[in-house]
Amino acid sequence: MIRISRRASIPRWRSWLIRLLAIILALMVNAVVIYALTKMNPLKVYEAMFDGAFGTNRRLWNTIQEVMMLLCISVALAPSFKMRFWNIGAEGQVLIGGVVAAACMIYLKSIPSALLLMIMFILSAMAGGIWSFIPAISKAKLNTNETLFTLMMNYIAIQLTAYFVALWENPKGSNCVNIINQQNGEGWLPAIFGKPYAINVIIVMTLTVLMYLYLRRTKHGYEIAVVGASKNTARYAAIDVGKVTVRTVSISGAICGIAGFIAVAGQSHTISVNTAGGRGFVAIIVAWLSKFNTLVMVLISLLLVFMEKGATEIASSFNINDNISKMIMGIILFFILGSEFFINYKLEIAKAEHISKEA
Amino acid sequence: MTDITKRFGDVYANRNVCLNIYKGEILSLLGENGSGKTTLMNMLSGIYFPDSGSIEVNGVPVVIKSPKDAFALHIGMIHQHFKLIDVFTAAENVLLGINGKLKDAKDGIKQICDKYGFAVESDKKVYEMSVSEKQTLEIVKVLYRGADILILDEPTAVLTPQETEKLFSVMRAMKADGKSVVIITHKLHEVLDISDRVAVLRKGEYIGDVNTGDTDAQSLSNMMVGRSVSLNIERPIVEKTTTRLKVEHLSVRDNLGVLRLDDVSFDAFGGEILGIAGITGSGQKELLEAIAGLQAAEKRSSIIYMDPKTGMEEQLCGKNPQQIYSMGVGFAFVPEDRLGMGLVGSMDIPDNMLLRSYLDGKSGFVNMKKPKELASQVVDELGVVTPNLKTQVSKLSGGNVQKVLVGREIAGDPALLMTAYAVRGLDINTSMAIYQLLNEQKKKGTAVIYVGEDLDVLLELCDRIMVLCSGRVSGIVDGRAATKEQIGLMMTSIGGTDKND
Repeated sequence: MIRISRRASIPRWRSWLIRLLAIILALMVNAVVIYALTKMNPLKVYEAMFDGAFGTNRRLWNTIQEVMMLLCISVALAPSFKMRFWNIGAEGQVLIGGVVAAACMIYLKSIPSALLLMIMFILSAMAGGIWSFIPAISKAKLNTNETLFTLMMNYIAIQLTAYFVALWENPKGSNCVNIINQQNGEGWLPAIFGKPYAINVIIVMTLTVLMYLYLRRTKHGYEIAVVGASKNTARYAAIDVGKVTVRTVSISGAICGIAGFIAVAGQSHTISVNTAGGRGFVAIIVAWLSKFNTLVMVLISLLLVFMEKGATEIASSFNINDNISKMIMGIILFFILGSEFFINYKLEIAKAEHISKEA
Repeated sequence: MTDITKRFGDVYANRNVCLNIYKGEILSLLGENGSGKTTLMNMLSGIYFPDSGSIEVNGVPVVIKSPKDAFALHIGMIHQHFKLIDVFTAAENVLLGINGKLKDAKDGIKQICDKYGFAVESDKKVYEMSVSEKQTLEIVKVLYRGADILILDEPTAVLTPQETEKLFSVMRAMKADGKSVVIITHKLHEVLDISDRVAVLRKGEYIGDVNTGDTDAQSLSNMMVGRSVSLNIERPIVEKTTTRLKVEHLSVRDNLGVLRLDDVSFDAFGGEILGIAGITGSGQKELLEAIAGLQAAEKRSSIIYMDPKTGMEEQLCGKNPQQIYSMGVGFAFVPEDRLGMGLVGSMDIPDNMLLRSYLDGKSGFVNMKKPKELASQVVDELGVVTPNLKTQVSKLSGGNVQKVLVGREIAGDPALLMTAYAVRGLDINTSMAIYQLLNEQKKKGTAVIYVGEDLDVLLELCDRIMVLCSGRVSGIVDGRAATKEQIGLMMTSIGGTDKND
């Protein structure tokens, strides 16, 4: 008989060891699955996955860029989720930030680039902030359901984006917006150290560290933790729950808006309804897996992007069914999530004599 | 029951316990909180399954895997938290989980009531019943299913003295009918009053049993705690008392519009402990929360706080907790719901110490130095048992959780200290430590408001006792002169006279 009991505590190194073992185990199980289904050498497949994500300089930067986008949105979600405010409207908040950034690039291109970028940054952040402020204030004043409300805001954002894409359509009839300001790059984030995406990395990593400190070390961060744990306790401790909710969720939305700014000004230089590309939802997985710790989010974002890139690569280079790469991803995620069980609980095998006594 | 062992994680709830229950007796199962009484009985009623050990009923070895098995063996348990469906009638609840016709159930209920002297209305819905009626229904339910062994888990915790007496007479009737009754309790006088035999558990182990006739309160309490403890609570006299809180015409409605407090007026003085007695749900919670700014009060209500340092009078009604905090009102509040309101269970001890003081200082960052010092001070001085300061508060035992909460609240040198059920669920030693802390605060000149449920304690600890009855003040009595019977009557009827209330 096996009994399951909750662990009182576990040293940090052991919990990371369990997670590492889970990944190794996942790779082993995957190897069997790959061989059974495709008769290919699993090591070759893994190599191709790695190659797809990091193989060439271009691929490496592409991966980094993707990681930064996902990380930025995950960092944005951290304060909301830590407060148990289920903001699933990141997708819309990112889009609105992106639309505002694109609008600035189109209509304000005569302004000097540095100033333009500042304006874009601020307006995008405000747009994202307003987009999350609306469900937040409704929650605080009318106790509306934030999950439904933020989700609905996504659809409004998508429709608005579609409208602006039609408005800015270029060339006519293409139903998409061509690269904006391609000739002289007004409102494009500049390349530094000769790398076009290096500045994205700097902005996102700064936000990541700042958010870590904000949540862990500031009075605001403490309020967020208390409200998330128990609203009753928060009221008891003279915390204005409504105020904290609105403030926190607005910050969340503002950072999503910044993510939209980075996507438009620092990455695609255009806008479409796919600018957020579902990352607003993937970020929810990142936020949960990292338990709202923004530094851990760096690792999780990297893992998810790596798996996605790798899956695409093996699908194309081995000409195998797309579903198999999805299975491989699924198995890895399953093991990582499953490892949390072994971190929180322990299994013991009861002695045989006890069983005979009971029976 | 022989050699019963049950383990939760690393904690042994029961360790090699052997217990006999005889036909036609009332057995008290006595022990401090957390000594494993309820766990042991839950294994008899099929809620838990023992890790090892064996159970025999009428000499036949049995395996009890579910409450159904227990019923088949004629074992029935009445739990502390009633397992009734609110929107069903009494008869429907009796039939829950068994086959039968409603009419038979009603007849059966009537028969049982006549036999043992109960009063249950078959067609009454459970949500319309008082606590005592619900309990009676639970007992009838178990009897209807043919139980010969009845287990009652702390049945008197929610009853008034009069209701308790009624319950005891029913228990005697059941005993006379040849049934075995087990009563789980930690109230010594009840043990002596009702039972034929007492079995004592301590820390999950079986200490022994004695015939009630051969023992007294002192020796039972020695068996229970393992050494002699004084049952006398100190009540120092403070000569100089000053008015600290003046409550007038305080009325509070809940969010359904039901009047929870009705025109309550009283004064609380610095240097005294004001006890508040009443059946659970008579407005105690609303009273304290209204003072703390957590409940909005009706018009005409007035709560005046008199600052002992400045002599200023402050109106607290109509203010929210943030405003009361910024006014610098020096009050401390130990709420009834410790982990749901007073503390954050998922945080460690220093983070919980921070709860009342995190706004201190101008910087936007929190300063963890003081909370850490306070945490180790509380742990040391109050003897909090914890692996280390970094342990989540929710992983501590009930008594230690309460020590952390009380420790934090008195650390701010409050001028007004409010406690709700400060010793609920705590063992005698911890309770005594809490009384000691309250007395120290009183001697410092703090006005202490002690909402309690154990009348013996209220009468030994408090200088004055205000009795609430359905949200109204039934009367305020002198703690040194009042008797338990007097307070018991006041709890059920305004002023203790109007029995039709």
